[in-house]
Amino acid sequence: MQVAVKIENIRKTYGDIVALKDISLRINEGEIFGIIGPDGSGKTSLFRILATLLLADSGTVSLLGLDVVKDYKALRKMLGYMPGRFSLYQDLTVEENINLFASLFGTTVAAQYDIIKDIYSQIEPFKDRRAGKLSGGMKQKLALSCVLVHKPRILLLDEPTTGVDPISRKEFWGILKRLKAWNITIVVSTPYMDEAMQCDRVALIQDGNIMSVDTPDNIVNEFPARLYAVKTSNKHTILTDLRDFEYTGSAFAFGDHIHFTDVRTEFTNDELKAYLEEKGHTDIDISETTATIEDCFIELMRKKI
Amino acid sequence: MSEAVIQVENLTKKFGDFYAVKNIDFEVERGEVFGFLGANGAGKTTVMKMLCGLITPTSGKAMVAGFNVFGQQNEIKKNIGYMSQRFSLYEDLTVIENITFYGGIYGLTNAEIKERAYRLIEMHGLGEVKNQLLASLPLGWKQKLAFSVALIHRPQIVFLDEPTGGVDPITRRQFWESIYEAAHSGITLFVTTHYMDEAEYCDRISMMVDGEIKGLGTPTELKQLHHAKNMDEVFVNLARKKEFIE
Repeated sequence: MQVAVKIENIRKTYGDIVALKDISLRINEGEIFGIIGPDGSGKTSLFRILATLLLADSGTVSLLGLDVVKDYKALRKMLGYMPGRFSLYQDLTVEENINLFASLFGTTVAAQYDIIKDIYSQIEPFKDRRAGKLSGGMKQKLALSCVLVHKPRILLLDEPTTGVDPISRKEFWGILKRLKAWNITIVVSTPYMDEAMQCDRVALIQDGNIMSVDTPDNIVNEFPARLYAVKTSNKHTILTDLRDFEYTGSAFAFGDHIHFTDVRTEFTNDELKAYLEEKGHTDIDISETTATIEDCFIELMRKKI
Repeated sequence: MSEAVIQVENLTKKFGDFYAVKNIDFEVERGEVFGFLGANGAGKTTVMKMLCGLITPTSGKAMVAGFNVFGQQNEIKKNIGYMSQRFSLYEDLTVIENITFYGGIYGLTNAEIKERAYRLIEMHGLGEVKNQLLASLPLGWKQKLAFSVALIHRPQIVFLDEPTGGVDPITRRQFWESIYEAAHSGITLFVTTHYMDEAEYCDRISMMVDGEIKGLGTPTELKQLHHAKNMDEVFVNLARKKEFIE
């Protein structure tokens, strides 16, 4: 497997704030690589460094063997960077926007139609509409068409699904998976932990540190404790009552259940059930469950604190 | 819980020929955590703006905190709080200055501001950062402050528009704990979110699709009705779009 992106000891500071703390990472050619972390974790700084738009304080980055500082001109022709904020021209039409992007890279929409067809054909019926008048989902598709029109070898997508509803998000991931057929390396960031499962590999990032890099399945399998989903009739008090339990390792809300770990290796449902009954809970349901990426993220954050 | 603090009947908003909101009906009870969900462009923001007294509906009825959205919009504004993901806080003021400023906007006396600021700072654990400029604080703190500011004038209802977008999973859960705390003190919370697990934390949920309410009930009721194992499936079921029919 060829390495497409090689990040070595990258550090970035803004005054006293350290946005990236000596990060190293390798991303393979053709993979969908997810950078998963909340706002302020350093995702956007990292993307801007990869896109040759921001200089790191120290460390080196090369993409496809080209250095982001020395070879930025050659690199920019091979990259497609989609920033987090919609950055197309709002008062140009759909067609004018994509023609502009094509001409900036010395090509035409017609010449590159094969690669953008899957996405662009969905918004083509609205080609005379101004970009500013498009719905959120359509803007996102236009932005993706514009970064694809020069057939980049690496796509850098910074939070393409933030603020997008769950259905449009699923659709977007479907599009990314189909793009793999073109052997494009896709680096994509998201604050939605569940989207990690859609990636080939992910890096979990928090406070400028990479906490873990692996396939999503491996990360989930390495959750260090047995995890139980607990549910009772009283969802407002269950959390505090669980935290007061003598042997609680962790207790966090996950949808309609609380995910619970016990500090002991020997754990019996009956003991916890008796405790909860004593606290006045009814309809108690305790069952073992598998960890999600979000469970793992929380566990890694707790280890650090 | 039996007293309705938001009552909406046949509420409609048209922009030109386009129905952004079409004949919707629902009620929200005092102290309830009400989840207001829907796809992008389904009309959620338009409904929120009508209920907050920012735009006038085309037709229908709506009472918010005892006041009419037709004609009593200023009374509504005094009785509700609002917090959005784009916090409207001042980056070059400190935490305490932001609270004081908003207290002043709502016409509280200096003594009231002082007393309430103290309680809010204690309740949301803002003590250690109270004299810091907002610009220097991480997102999680700003979020706590934005919620405190939305509560300063003791509103009956607080509208939270995607309050947890982008924050880390632990902070996100802590924020929901302060939502519950506010609900226990009798405040009604009206919340939008794109995190489907958060939909489960609400007492009741409404789901908007193309300007209409297509689902209304407790998370358990909605899951049973749609034979779904979680709210994500309910959402997909209800909101599955007719792509690009506009």
